[in-house]
Amino acid sequence: MKKLLSILAVSVFAFAANAGTLDDVKNRGFLKCGVTTGLAGFAAPDDSGEWAGLDADMCRAVAVAVFGDRSKVEFITTTGKSRFPTLASGEVDMLARNTTWTISRDVNLGFEFVGVNFYDGQGFMIPSSLGVSSATELDGATVCIQTGTTTELNLADFFRLNGISYEALPIETNDEGKENLFAGRCDVYTTDASGLSSTRAAAADPSKWLVLPEIISKEPLGPLVRHGDHQWGDVVRWSLNAMIIAEELGITSENVDASLSSNVPEVLRLLGVEGSYGEMLELAPDWAYQILKQIGNYSESYEANVGPDTPLEIARGLNALWTQGGILYAPPFR
Amino acid sequence: MNEITESRKPPVATTGILGWLRMNLFSNWINSLVSLFVLYILIQFIPWILNWTIFAADFKYNFNGVEITDRTMCSRVLDPENGGACWAIIYVRFYQFMYGFYPRDEVWRVNLSYIMLAVAVVPLLFDKFPFRKHFLKFTYVFPVIAFFLLNGGLGLEPVSTNKWGGLLVTLVLGCTGIALAFPLGIVLALGRRSNLPVISMMCTLFIEFIRGVPLITLLFFGMVMLPLFLPEGVNMDGLARVLVAVTLFQSAYMAEVIRGGLQAIPQGQYEAARSIGLSYWQMNMKIVLPQAIRISIPSIVNTSIGLFKDTTLVIIVGLLDLLGIGRGALADTTWLGLAYEVYFFVSLVFFIFTFAMSRYSLYLEKKLKTGINMGAD
Repeated sequence: MKKLLSILAVSVFAFAANAGTLDDVKNRGFLKCGVTTGLAGFAAPDDSGEWAGLDADMCRAVAVAVFGDRSKVEFITTTGKSRFPTLASGEVDMLARNTTWTISRDVNLGFEFVGVNFYDGQGFMIPSSLGVSSATELDGATVCIQTGTTTELNLADFFRLNGISYEALPIETNDEGKENLFAGRCDVYTTDASGLSSTRAAAADPSKWLVLPEIISKEPLGPLVRHGDHQWGDVVRWSLNAMIIAEELGITSENVDASLSSNVPEVLRLLGVEGSYGEMLELAPDWAYQILKQIGNYSESYEANVGPDTPLEIARGLNALWTQGGILYAPPFR
Repeated sequence: MNEITESRKPPVATTGILGWLRMNLFSNWINSLVSLFVLYILIQFIPWILNWTIFAADFKYNFNGVEITDRTMCSRVLDPENGGACWAIIYVRFYQFMYGFYPRDEVWRVNLSYIMLAVAVVPLLFDKFPFRKHFLKFTYVFPVIAFFLLNGGLGLEPVSTNKWGGLLVTLVLGCTGIALAFPLGIVLALGRRSNLPVISMMCTLFIEFIRGVPLITLLFFGMVMLPLFLPEGVNMDGLARVLVAVTLFQSAYMAEVIRGGLQAIPQGQYEAARSIGLSYWQMNMKIVLPQAIRISIPSIVNTSIGLFKDTTLVIIVGLLDLLGIGRGALADTTWLGLAYEVYFFVSLVFFIFTFAMSRYSLYLEKKLKTGINMGAD
């Protein structure tokens, strides 16, 4: 009986060693990554139960960097409220849960945002029959808006700045906003652009709806880790950066093998042919090669999950490389 | 000599279907109006719902006979005028709805647990079951077997509870919550009525505190606060934390339901039991509780059904139960926008379970009211 109880105790309570997170992850044999309970394009289970999406790819990239195996990751679902305590208590090693990087979260909550994997922002969605092409033409429109959120304040600011008026139709949830817009009770629905895109994709006929080009707030979404474990933070940061740099250098999952014999020094450094960058991170020399081989570069992940060819149809916009009109920028790999 | 008058038949309008209709549906003009109105609604509604859910619906193939792999192939997306429900989303994701992310190679363990659950519970529910006594022995060890079977250990590959989901999580939460809360509730109810002030105060405090806060608060407490109280480096399993919260919540409600039953027992029963020299526990186990529980059956089933449905709240703490898996399916870009199908299916599954529970309670009430045995075994 005593033995039974101790087995019970061990299986109910998991004891974690107090070493660095990277060592913990290596000893455990898999990464624990916090994701949403389901958000189109960012993290959602596909038909076979595999998690797919931009954030899910971020988790997989870190797993590949550490283990060289994209399957060595356990996805832990978190909600907007449970995500921070889950990370703080060490139940997950990192969060990739479309979380906006703000000063209070970075500083006050004791987390470390290691980068941005999606630049989101508040946008507007209208029926295309409205015949409006810019948000500044929305004078007098009825706007569906979630109460008590920052979007409400952003909206008021935007309309005041442009000297136009609107009528607010307060709603509580995203679904409510969707229904009200589809039923024609409001002319405009405003929330984060990625949310608008999935709302649009869920419409009976998406072509009847239009997401306006104006983005009126900054919502940089990125992976985060616990404050104070810089070694682990570096691993996650450079897993993301490696995907962005690879896009810059034109390395994809298809040509990564050919790139091994490239004559561009940064390509060789990134793929671990030259230098000892893997060693600095306490990872295998080919960690970045494996990420690109098994996941692909940032652009591949973007196009597969949220890009113009997916039902979400989110254009690269701000998320294009800095060389292509966006603001996606990774420090040099040297 | 008296002629034997043949007994006359009752008027046609009071017997048979016609009589029933007249008595029940058209007894006066208000009833007639209401009946006609309801009939009209049903005529409008039933063909439509049958058409949408069955006749015009896609199951695996759409109207072109092509196997459906994403929403754009659904008849109702291709042809919004005539297409019915697109059940392909349920068909393709049935595994997830039933087992969550449980590894496919290990899923026999879940199925075996379901079968064993039936073997453990059915003899418990029906006292005419053959060899019931032997089966009941199994019922006692079943939770331990199920724990190891589902969780792993003892030579079975461990399956972390993060991978559990769908109906599995709903059933684990519902069954464990109901099964543990019942004895706990009895103890709390007896404790609250106890003459010992410390015990009665503690029980009252516990019940009032738990009943005073919403289940969501308790779930948050279990999920968010509990890890902060545990020593550093010790993590309690997420599902276990939620189970603790659900069980505590349910036991407080169960305690009040049973206390209601206890109060309905006449004082004479207690006095009679005492006068023949029964101890406190003998009195309660043999005389009072069997009667009290019999009275409380409708309420017990009522709170149990309530709990079973409340398990959907665990999505808030990040556990994917049946409803959570449904929402996850809706967030997959392949299936965006098929909300009606998913919610309909989830409601149907919940209805099957809750309806079975309520029918069982009716059966139990009928049996116990007529039988001599009041449930004391």
